[in-house]
Amino acid sequence: MGQTGPLLSLKNISKDFYGNVVLQNVGFDLHEGEILGLVGENGAGKTTLMSILFGMPVIAETGGFTGTIELNGQEMHFASPFDALDAGLGMVHQEFSLIPGFTTTENIVLNRESMKPSILNDAFGDRMSTLDRPEMKTRAVGAIKKLGVKLDPDMLVSEMPVGHKQFTEIAREISRKNTKILILDEPTAVLTESEALILLDSLKKLAREGVGIIFISHRLREVAQIADQIVVLRDGVAVKNVPAAGVTIKDIASWMVGRSISGEAGPREESRALEEEIFSVEHLWVDMPGESVRDVGFSVNKGEIFGIGGLAGQGKLGIPNGIMGLYPAGGTVHLEGKEISLNNPAAALKAGMSFVSEDRRGVGLLLDESLEWNIAFTAIQIHGQYLKPVLGGLFTQRDSKAMEGLCKEYIQLLDIKCTGTKQKAKELSGGNQQKICLAKAFAMKPNVLFVSEPTRGIDVGAKKLVIDTLKKYNREYGTTIIMISSELEELRSICDRIAIIDEGKIAGILPPSADVAEFGILMAGATDSPSKTKRQSAAEEAPRA
Amino acid sequence: MRDIKTSIQDFGWPRIIIFIFLIVLFILAPIVGVRLDASISDVLNRFGQYAILVLALVPMIQSGCGLNFGLALGIVAGLLGSTLSLQFEWRGFMGFFGAIALSLPFSIIFGYIYGKLLNKVKGEEMTIGMYVGLSFVMIMCIMWLVLPYSNPQMVWGFAGKGLRTTISTEGYWFKILNNFLAVKIGQFFVFPTGLLLFVAICCYLVWLFMRSRTGTAMTAVGSNPDFARASGVNADKMRTISVIMSTFLGAVGIIVYEQSFGFIQLYTAPNPMVFPAIAAILIGGASVNKASMVNVVIGTFLFQGLLTMTPSVINSILQTDMSEVIRMIVSNGIILYALTRKAKVTK
Ligand SMILES: Nc1ncnc2c1ncn2[C@@H]1O[C@H](COP(=O)(O)OP(=O)(O)OP(=O)(O)O)[C@@H](O)[C@H]1O
Ligand SMILES: [Mg+2]
Repeated sequence: MGQTGPLLSLKNISKDFYGNVVLQNVGFDLHEGEILGLVGENGAGKTTLMSILFGMPVIAETGGFTGTIELNGQEMHFASPFDALDAGLGMVHQEFSLIPGFTTTENIVLNRESMKPSILNDAFGDRMSTLDRPEMKTRAVGAIKKLGVKLDPDMLVSEMPVGHKQFTEIAREISRKNTKILILDEPTAVLTESEALILLDSLKKLAREGVGIIFISHRLREVAQIADQIVVLRDGVAVKNVPAAGVTIKDIASWMVGRSISGEAGPREESRALEEEIFSVEHLWVDMPGESVRDVGFSVNKGEIFGIGGLAGQGKLGIPNGIMGLYPAGGTVHLEGKEISLNNPAAALKAGMSFVSEDRRGVGLLLDESLEWNIAFTAIQIHGQYLKPVLGGLFTQRDSKAMEGLCKEYIQLLDIKCTGTKQKAKELSGGNQQKICLAKAFAMKPNVLFVSEPTRGIDVGAKKLVIDTLKKYNREYGTTIIMISSELEELRSICDRIAIIDEGKIAGILPPSADVAEFGILMAGATDSPSKTKRQSAAEEAPRA
Repeated sequence: MRDIKTSIQDFGWPRIIIFIFLIVLFILAPIVGVRLDASISDVLNRFGQYAILVLALVPMIQSGCGLNFGLALGIVAGLLGSTLSLQFEWRGFMGFFGAIALSLPFSIIFGYIYGKLLNKVKGEEMTIGMYVGLSFVMIMCIMWLVLPYSNPQMVWGFAGKGLRTTISTEGYWFKILNNFLAVKIGQFFVFPTGLLLFVAICCYLVWLFMRSRTGTAMTAVGSNPDFARASGVNADKMRTISVIMSTFLGAVGIIVYEQSFGFIQLYTAPNPMVFPAIAAILIGGASVNKASMVNVVIGTFLFQGLLTMTPSVINSILQTDMSEVIRMIVSNGIILYALTRKAKVTK
């Protein structure tokens, strides 16, 4: 970097939300072509810091911030994200900001559509230009190629699997010509490991072209792998700012939490003998866009932790969503010998099943309501709990005291960072929102619990906490758990058996002790080599029988 | 210090400004020769007349159907109830509560069909609701003429059939609530105890309902329908229930209005009742998807307060009689303002 000054420098940034201090005198520099890894526990203030940098309206609405942002040595004041875009910043948000009814291409070139002048221009100005669709498509395809992924430029966002959405969003940011700084807030959280690798490669390529990158991730391995400089936030303070060379994952983890921790998940469980079947599925099909299930059958024993893995878009997410009645489904499902009617969420919940959705902002949370509501709601509706009789039992009312008690219990149990039980769910950091979703499911005291991507967006410490909590519920209350995850390591650390889904069917079921390569073979289609991604192999070879 | 700041923020600047303006009007009134006691009495009266129509908007806002621009449906149900009550010559409390009871089946039928329709046009509820209201009022214009009412108090004298445009409630249940336990102080001040008590009971019942299991589900449907569905709640059913409730409260609201105002107004009269109710709840601080009893009470009070005080004070200052014109200007001005500041929704 040497002779030129920093591209971007943040100085003394402080921010509070109504008195709750979340950032305190944070500052760092970003140089041209540098990748800066920003890490910290859930609620450490990473997203808030990036929102400040990008001029997000939430910041001004909640009282602004103090400190300065300098770009090429010049102080900047971004009144809105548009100013930030003009100044050459690009941001991929932690939560998606795509338009569902638009295609990949339309989303990528949004607001920078290529225009074809038409006759009406002279009379009515720029508005009357028609869209130059072929040109738009070329630009989108260019951006997709630069990323090195396979995306269908004409697919609607609402029909895409999450991984593709994420790539679309990243393609949008890099397709801007003047992007000098790229901010990515947990871009890999929704990606499978192989997809994440592709992304990391393309980020390195971008950095070589001179783009400065701020990269936020809870997957510390990725940070250690691509960052040049690492900044660690702990409770709103930048406690470390060091070059990445020679830093280990363990170091980062202990800086984050302020004590030394083991980092990786605990030792693998030895196999248990679980005999009694509690739950079975036959010939299940689910029509979930981007994750359709064709024909799946499996059975789970009482007290088991059953894992379901596979690449994005192959249908692993469709299984719990279909069984819980959220998407049209068919087939037969039995719980404790009784058949469960499909396409009926209330019936599934009443039968004693419960679900933590992978889509926490979409279906997992009531963003505008209090934490109490979020955790107690399902139990109120399904079991009639947390209600108290009034007027001599004539009818019932919400029991605020009991709801508060329940909420407090889980805040403590899951170590949820919040200002109180009345705080709105939208004000929590991403990871803490995830914990609220878990609390909601636990509060149902289910016999069979589906958890979909339970540790997505959760920091190392909290990840261990979530896994341990799942284990605890499994061991102490005998809750049978069916866990769907893109992270194979996570599945292997906790599950008794792991099914791999491929093209909407079960490719095979393996014990966690099986070799990683065996899993890889199942995921990529039996005849393929494990390093290839599914989409490539599908294009190159005939599907297996 | 921070507490004062946040509570001001919670209450909202627009409301504080209107509130201060209203106080200024009250201070000005005696100076320009308007009787303060009569004015206060007037404001209380109008508050009671309109409050339930404003309250009627709450269920649909909470369930995510937005502002009920089709409130005219509820008003028509109330008109049917009150005209039938008159037709049967029910008097006193029997007449008033009879009118409410007779409007219930109409509210359920209208609300059910209206609710089914709104479930088919999610996202466009407010526009569609307005058209449904307008066209239904038009259909009723024909119905009022052909329905076989026969009470000579109600039908056109010369033809002997077809309902008149305005029908007096005098002799049946005129001011039945207003006069119940009313406190009269001096010549000009009447405290309409019964009316305000009835409003309070209605608000309390809706508040209770909103805290019940069904009410909670309704609120969740408005907040995030996918969340509610995943929790086993039938979102469409909740929305339909909210529409029926809103329609019935609209019916009760218009009957309360009639007993105080003294007339049942038919034909196109329901139309101009809708916008003021919507403006009032918005002024009260409700948004398109969140409303509380506080919003109803504060909004109705501020809106009706301004509507009562501005014309009389300005009239006295200018020494003319333009109260109707001024009332129109103030009313429409507030409606316009309120509609521009609706909505702040988290997505
Ligand atoms: N709009 C808001 N209102 C009030 N508090 C907020 C708001 N947004 C964030 N916070 C609080 O600020 C703190 C920092 O949140 P932030 O989202 O920056 O965390 P994060 O480091 O991105 O965490 P995660 O890894 O979980 O995404 C949290 O305690 C959160 O509750
Ligand atoms: Mg975050």
